[in-house]
Amino acid sequence: MALQDKYKEIVDAATAAGTQDLLVREQDGVLYIDGSANGTTKQQLWDLYEKIDPDYASGDLVMNINSVSGVQEGAKLKVTTNSSNLNIRKGPGTTHGVVGKAARHEIVTLVRKENDQWWVIKTDDGEEGYSYTQYLTPVEA
Amino acid sequence: MKLKLPRILLLACSIALLGATITSCKKKQSDADIKAAVETALKAEPMSTVTMVDVKDGVVTISGECKDDMCKASCEKTAAAVKGVKSVVNNLTVAAPPPPPTIAADDPLTSAVNDALKAFPGVSATVKDGIISVTGKIAKADRQKLMMALQALNPKKVDVTGLSNN
Repeated sequence: MALQDKYKEIVDAATAAGTQDLLVREQDGVLYIDGSANGTTKQQLWDLYEKIDPDYASGDLVMNINSVSGVQEGAKLKVTTNSSNLNIRKGPGTTHGVVGKAARHEIVTLVRKENDQWWVIKTDDGEEGYSYTQYLTPVEA
Repeated sequence: MKLKLPRILLLACSIALLGATITSCKKKQSDADIKAAVETALKAEPMSTVTMVDVKDGVVTISGECKDDMCKASCEKTAAAVKGVKSVVNNLTVAAPPPPPTIAADDPLTSAVNDALKAFPGVSATVKDGIISVTGKIAKADRQKLMMALQALNPKKVDVTGLSNN
Protein backbone atom coordinates (compact mmCIF):
# COMPACT_ATOMS: atom_id res chain seq x y z
CA MET A 1 0.00 0.00 0.00
CA ALA A 2 2.88 2.37 0.73
CA LEU A 3 3.96 2.36 -2.93
CA GLN A 4 0.46 3.25 -4.03
CA ASP A 5 0.68 6.24 -1.70
CA LYS A 6 4.12 7.23 -2.97
CA TYR A 7 2.94 7.29 -6.59
CA LYS A 8 -0.65 8.32 -5.87
CA GLU A 9 -0.17 11.58 -7.79
CA ILE A 10 0.60 9.64 -10.99
CA VAL A 11 -2.42 7.36 -10.66
CA ASP A 12 -4.69 10.30 -9.89
CA ALA A 13 -3.39 12.24 -12.90
CA ALA A 14 -3.75 9.17 -15.13
CA THR A 15 -7.34 8.72 -14.00
CA ALA A 16 -8.13 12.41 -14.45
CA ALA A 17 -6.67 12.37 -17.98
CA GLY A 18 -8.93 9.48 -18.96
CA THR A 19 -6.17 6.89 -19.40
CA GLN A 20 -7.68 3.77 -20.92
CA ASP A 21 -7.27 0.24 -19.52
CA LEU A 22 -5.52 1.71 -16.49
CA LEU A 23 -4.14 -1.06 -14.28
CA VAL A 24 -2.35 -0.41 -11.01
CA ARG A 25 -1.03 -3.26 -8.92
CA GLU A 26 1.78 -4.06 -6.58
CA GLN A 27 3.88 -7.20 -6.54
CA ASP A 28 7.11 -8.02 -4.70
CA GLY A 29 7.85 -4.42 -3.79
CA VAL A 30 7.28 -3.02 -7.27
CA LEU A 31 4.26 -1.01 -8.42
CA TYR A 32 3.09 -1.60 -11.99
CA ILE A 33 1.09 1.07 -13.79
CA ASP A 34 -0.17 0.20 -17.26
CA GLY A 35 -2.53 1.98 -19.60
CA SER A 36 -3.07 3.74 -22.90
CA ALA A 37 -3.12 7.50 -23.31
CA ASN A 38 -2.09 10.16 -25.77
CA GLY A 39 1.47 11.43 -26.01
CA THR A 40 0.78 14.55 -23.94
CA THR A 41 -0.62 12.55 -21.03
CA LYS A 42 2.25 10.07 -21.24
CA GLN A 43 4.75 12.92 -20.99
CA GLN A 44 2.86 14.48 -18.07
CA LEU A 45 2.84 11.17 -16.15
CA TRP A 46 6.53 10.61 -16.78
CA ASP A 47 7.36 14.11 -15.58
CA LEU A 48 5.43 13.35 -12.38
CA TYR A 49 7.36 10.08 -12.04
CA GLU A 50 10.65 11.96 -12.37
CA LYS A 51 9.52 14.53 -9.80
CA ILE A 52 8.59 11.86 -7.23
CA ASP A 53 11.59 9.64 -7.91
CA PRO A 54 14.49 11.71 -9.28
CA ASP A 55 16.72 9.73 -11.66
CA TYR A 56 14.25 6.82 -11.29
CA ALA A 57 16.69 5.50 -8.70
CA SER A 58 14.25 3.62 -6.44
CA GLY A 59 13.42 0.94 -8.99
CA ASP A 60 10.03 0.41 -7.35
CA LEU A 61 7.81 1.49 -10.25
CA VAL A 62 7.40 0.05 -13.73
CA MET A 63 5.23 2.41 -15.75
CA ASN A 64 4.07 1.44 -19.21
CA ILE A 65 1.84 4.10 -20.74
CA ASN A 66 1.27 3.21 -24.36
CA SER A 67 0.72 6.32 -26.45
CA VAL A 68 0.61 4.53 -29.80
CA SER A 69 -2.00 1.84 -29.19
CA GLY A 70 -4.69 3.87 -30.96
CA VAL A 71 -2.67 4.25 -34.18
CA GLN A 72 -4.43 2.41 -37.01
CA GLU A 73 -2.96 0.59 -39.99
CA GLY A 74 -2.58 2.95 -42.91
CA ALA A 75 -1.79 5.86 -40.58
CA LYS A 76 0.93 8.30 -41.57
CA LEU A 77 4.00 8.38 -39.36
CA LYS A 78 6.81 10.87 -39.16
CA VAL A 79 10.36 9.66 -38.70
CA THR A 80 11.55 11.33 -35.51
CA THR A 81 15.13 10.16 -35.11
CA ASN A 82 17.56 12.49 -33.35
CA SER A 83 19.67 13.11 -36.43
CA SER A 84 20.28 9.97 -38.44
CA ASN A 85 18.19 7.98 -40.89
CA LEU A 86 15.82 5.30 -39.61
CA ASN A 87 16.72 1.72 -40.43
CA ILE A 88 14.10 -0.45 -42.07
CA ARG A 89 14.85 -4.07 -41.25
CA LYS A 90 13.99 -7.51 -42.50
CA GLY A 91 12.57 -8.61 -39.15
CA PRO A 92 11.56 -7.27 -35.72
CA GLY A 93 14.92 -6.78 -34.01
CA THR A 94 18.28 -5.14 -34.58
CA THR A 95 19.79 -8.54 -35.35
CA HIS A 96 17.83 -8.54 -38.62
CA GLY A 97 19.49 -7.03 -41.67
CA VAL A 98 18.75 -3.50 -42.90
CA VAL A 99 16.67 -3.52 -46.09
CA GLY A 100 16.13 0.21 -46.43
CA LYS A 101 16.28 3.58 -44.75
CA ALA A 102 13.84 6.38 -44.11
CA ALA A 103 15.17 9.91 -43.82
CA ARG A 104 14.69 12.00 -40.71
CA HIS A 105 11.29 13.76 -40.81
CA GLU A 106 10.18 11.65 -43.78
CA ILE A 107 6.50 10.60 -43.70
CA VAL A 108 5.92 6.84 -43.89
CA THR A 109 2.84 4.61 -43.68
CA LEU A 110 2.03 2.05 -41.01
CA VAL A 111 1.42 -1.34 -42.61
CA ARG A 112 1.15 -3.56 -39.55
CA LYS A 113 2.07 -3.65 -35.87
CA GLU A 114 4.30 -6.57 -34.93
CA ASN A 115 4.44 -5.50 -31.27
CA ASP A 116 4.79 -2.27 -29.30
CA GLN A 117 8.44 -1.94 -30.28
CA TRP A 118 8.44 -2.98 -33.94
CA TRP A 119 6.10 -1.92 -36.71
CA VAL A 120 6.06 -2.76 -40.39
CA ILE A 121 6.21 0.50 -42.32
CA LYS A 122 6.28 1.46 -46.00
CA THR A 123 7.99 4.48 -47.49
CA ASP A 124 6.63 6.43 -50.47
CA ASP A 125 9.43 4.82 -52.50
CA GLY A 126 7.90 1.42 -51.75
CA GLU A 127 10.53 0.25 -49.26
CA GLU A 128 8.85 -1.94 -46.66
CA GLY A 129 10.11 -3.51 -43.47
CA TYR A 130 10.36 -3.34 -39.69
CA SER A 131 11.25 -0.16 -37.83
CA TYR A 132 11.59 0.74 -34.17
CA THR A 133 8.47 2.54 -32.93
CA GLN A 134 10.41 4.87 -30.64
CA TYR A 135 11.41 6.88 -33.71
CA LEU A 136 7.96 6.99 -35.29
CA THR A 137 5.48 9.68 -34.30
CA PRO A 138 1.90 9.57 -35.56
CA VAL A 139 1.06 12.55 -37.74
CA GLU A 140 -1.97 14.28 -36.26
CA ALA A 141 -4.87 14.07 -38.69
CA MET B 1 -11.27 13.67 46.81
CA LYS B 2 -14.40 15.60 47.45
CA LEU B 3 -14.22 17.11 44.04
CA LYS B 4 -13.52 13.85 42.28
CA LEU B 5 -16.50 12.02 43.62
CA PRO B 6 -19.16 13.73 41.50
CA ARG B 7 -17.05 13.13 38.42
CA ILE B 8 -16.88 9.44 39.09
CA LEU B 9 -20.60 9.45 39.69
CA LEU B 10 -21.15 11.23 36.42
CA LEU B 11 -18.98 8.73 34.62
CA ALA B 12 -20.86 5.85 36.17
CA CYS B 13 -24.09 7.48 35.18
CA SER B 14 -23.08 7.91 31.59
CA ILE B 15 -21.90 4.31 31.38
CA ALA B 16 -25.23 3.20 32.77
CA LEU B 17 -27.00 5.46 30.29
CA LEU B 18 -24.96 4.10 27.39
CA GLY B 19 -25.75 0.56 28.45
CA ALA B 20 -29.40 1.48 28.68
CA THR B 21 -29.44 2.91 25.17
CA ILE B 22 -27.80 -0.21 23.76
CA THR B 23 -30.17 -2.60 25.50
CA SER B 24 -33.22 -0.48 24.94
CA CYS B 25 -33.14 -0.96 21.17
CA LYS B 26 -36.48 -2.64 21.58
CA LYS B 27 -38.07 0.68 20.69
CA LYS B 28 -39.41 -0.14 17.23
CA GLN B 29 -38.06 1.66 14.21
CA SER B 30 -39.72 1.18 10.88
CA ASP B 31 -37.88 -0.74 8.18
CA ALA B 32 -37.97 2.37 6.00
CA ASP B 33 -36.26 4.41 8.74
CA ILE B 34 -33.58 1.75 9.10
CA LYS B 35 -33.08 1.56 5.34
CA ALA B 36 -32.56 5.33 5.15
CA ALA B 37 -30.17 5.28 8.11
CA VAL B 38 -28.13 2.39 6.68
CA GLU B 39 -27.93 4.10 3.30
CA THR B 40 -26.70 7.31 4.92
CA ALA B 41 -24.14 5.42 6.97
CA LEU B 42 -22.86 3.53 3.91
CA LYS B 43 -22.61 6.72 1.89
CA ALA B 44 -20.15 8.01 4.44
CA GLU B 45 -18.09 4.84 3.97
CA PRO B 46 -15.30 5.96 1.65
CA MET B 47 -14.55 2.49 0.27
CA SER B 48 -18.10 1.49 -0.49
CA THR B 49 -19.22 1.55 -4.09
CA VAL B 50 -22.91 1.38 -4.95
CA THR B 51 -24.67 -0.98 -2.58
CA MET B 52 -28.30 -1.95 -2.50
CA VAL B 53 -29.97 -1.93 0.87
CA ASP B 54 -33.07 -3.95 1.78
CA VAL B 55 -34.64 -4.15 5.20
CA LYS B 56 -37.24 -6.56 6.47
CA ASP B 57 -38.18 -6.72 10.15
CA GLY B 58 -34.88 -5.12 11.09
CA VAL B 59 -32.82 -7.58 9.08
CA VAL B 60 -30.68 -5.66 6.61
CA THR B 61 -29.54 -7.18 3.33
CA ILE B 62 -26.72 -5.33 1.57
CA SER B 63 -25.71 -6.17 -1.97
CA GLY B 64 -23.51 -4.70 -4.66
CA GLU B 65 -19.84 -4.82 -5.50
CA CYS B 66 -16.93 -4.08 -3.20
CA LYS B 67 -13.35 -3.67 -4.30
CA ASP B 68 -11.93 -6.03 -1.67
CA ASP B 69 -12.71 -8.16 1.39
CA MET B 70 -11.80 -5.34 3.73
CA CYS B 71 -14.46 -3.14 2.16
CA LYS B 72 -16.98 -5.96 2.33
CA ALA B 73 -16.37 -6.49 6.04
CA SER B 74 -16.36 -2.80 6.88
CA CYS B 75 -19.63 -2.18 5.01
CA GLU B 76 -21.22 -4.97 7.02
CA LYS B 77 -19.90 -3.48 10.24
CA THR B 78 -21.21 -0.05 9.31
CA ALA B 79 -24.66 -1.45 8.53
CA ALA B 80 -24.74 -3.53 11.73
CA ALA B 81 -23.92 -0.47 13.82
CA VAL B 82 -27.02 1.40 12.65
CA LYS B 83 -29.72 1.74 15.30
CA GLY B 84 -32.54 -0.75 14.96
CA VAL B 85 -30.60 -3.25 12.85
CA LYS B 86 -31.07 -6.80 14.18
CA SER B 87 -28.73 -8.55 11.81
CA VAL B 88 -27.03 -8.07 8.45
CA VAL B 89 -27.15 -10.40 5.47
CA ASN B 90 -23.99 -9.59 3.54
CA ASN B 91 -24.53 -10.26 -0.17
CA LEU B 92 -21.74 -7.97 -1.31
CA THR B 93 -19.49 -9.43 -3.96
CA VAL B 94 -15.81 -8.63 -4.20
CA ALA B 95 -14.52 -7.44 -7.56
CA ALA B 96 -11.98 -9.75 -9.18
CA PRO B 97 -8.45 -8.51 -8.49
CA PRO B 98 -6.60 -7.02 -11.48
CA PRO B 99 -4.47 -9.55 -13.35
CA PRO B 100 -0.87 -9.74 -12.13
CA PRO B 101 1.71 -7.87 -14.19
CA THR B 102 3.10 -9.75 -17.17
CA ILE B 103 6.84 -10.18 -16.86
CA ALA B 104 8.75 -10.86 -20.06
CA ALA B 105 10.97 -13.94 -20.27
CA ASP B 106 14.71 -13.20 -20.11
CA ASP B 107 15.61 -14.11 -23.70
CA PRO B 108 13.11 -11.92 -25.55
CA LEU B 109 13.61 -9.23 -22.90
CA THR B 110 17.39 -9.23 -23.42
CA SER B 111 17.05 -8.74 -27.18
CA ALA B 112 14.39 -6.06 -26.68
CA VAL B 113 16.68 -4.27 -24.20
CA ASN B 114 19.58 -4.45 -26.66
CA ASP B 115 17.37 -2.97 -29.38
CA ALA B 116 16.32 -0.13 -27.09
CA LEU B 117 19.91 0.60 -25.99
CA LYS B 118 21.10 1.17 -29.59
CA ALA B 119 19.96 4.77 -29.18
CA PHE B 120 21.95 5.27 -25.97
CA PRO B 121 25.68 4.83 -26.54
CA GLY B 122 27.59 4.49 -23.28
CA VAL B 123 24.75 2.59 -21.62
CA SER B 124 24.70 -1.17 -21.22
CA ALA B 125 22.43 -3.55 -19.39
CA THR B 126 22.05 -7.11 -18.25
CA VAL B 127 18.84 -9.04 -17.74
CA LYS B 128 18.27 -11.65 -15.06
CA ASP B 129 14.92 -12.98 -13.80
CA GLY B 130 13.14 -10.12 -15.51
CA ILE B 131 15.25 -7.46 -13.78
CA ILE B 132 17.05 -5.05 -16.11
CA SER B 133 20.25 -3.78 -14.49
CA VAL B 134 21.53 -0.71 -16.28
CA THR B 135 25.11 0.54 -16.07
CA GLY B 136 27.15 3.27 -17.71
CA LYS B 137 26.73 7.00 -18.18
CA ILE B 138 23.88 8.98 -19.62
CA ALA B 139 23.00 12.63 -20.17
CA LYS B 140 20.38 13.57 -17.60
CA ALA B 141 18.06 14.77 -20.36
CA ASP B 142 18.11 11.31 -21.98
CA ARG B 143 17.39 9.39 -18.81
CA GLN B 144 13.63 9.73 -19.11
CA LYS B 145 13.64 8.50 -22.73
CA LEU B 146 15.72 5.50 -21.72
CA MET B 147 13.35 4.67 -18.85
CA MET B 148 10.30 5.05 -21.11
CA ALA B 149 11.84 2.59 -23.57
CA LEU B 150 12.91 0.05 -20.92
CA GLN B 151 9.79 0.12 -18.77
CA ALA B 152 7.64 -0.56 -21.84
CA LEU B 153 9.29 -3.97 -22.28
CA ASN B 154 7.42 -5.67 -19.39
CA PRO B 155 10.39 -6.05 -17.06
CA LYS B 156 10.00 -7.12 -13.44
CA LYS B 157 11.95 -4.03 -12.48
CA VAL B 158 14.55 -1.63 -13.84
CA ASP B 159 17.60 -1.10 -11.64
CA VAL B 160 19.55 2.04 -12.53
CA THR B 161 21.79 2.23 -9.46
CA GLY B 162 24.76 1.56 -11.79
CA LEU B 163 23.83 4.38 -14.16
CA SER B 164 25.36 7.78 -13.53
CA ASN B 165 24.70 11.16 -15.09
CA ASN B 166 27.43 12.65 -17.24
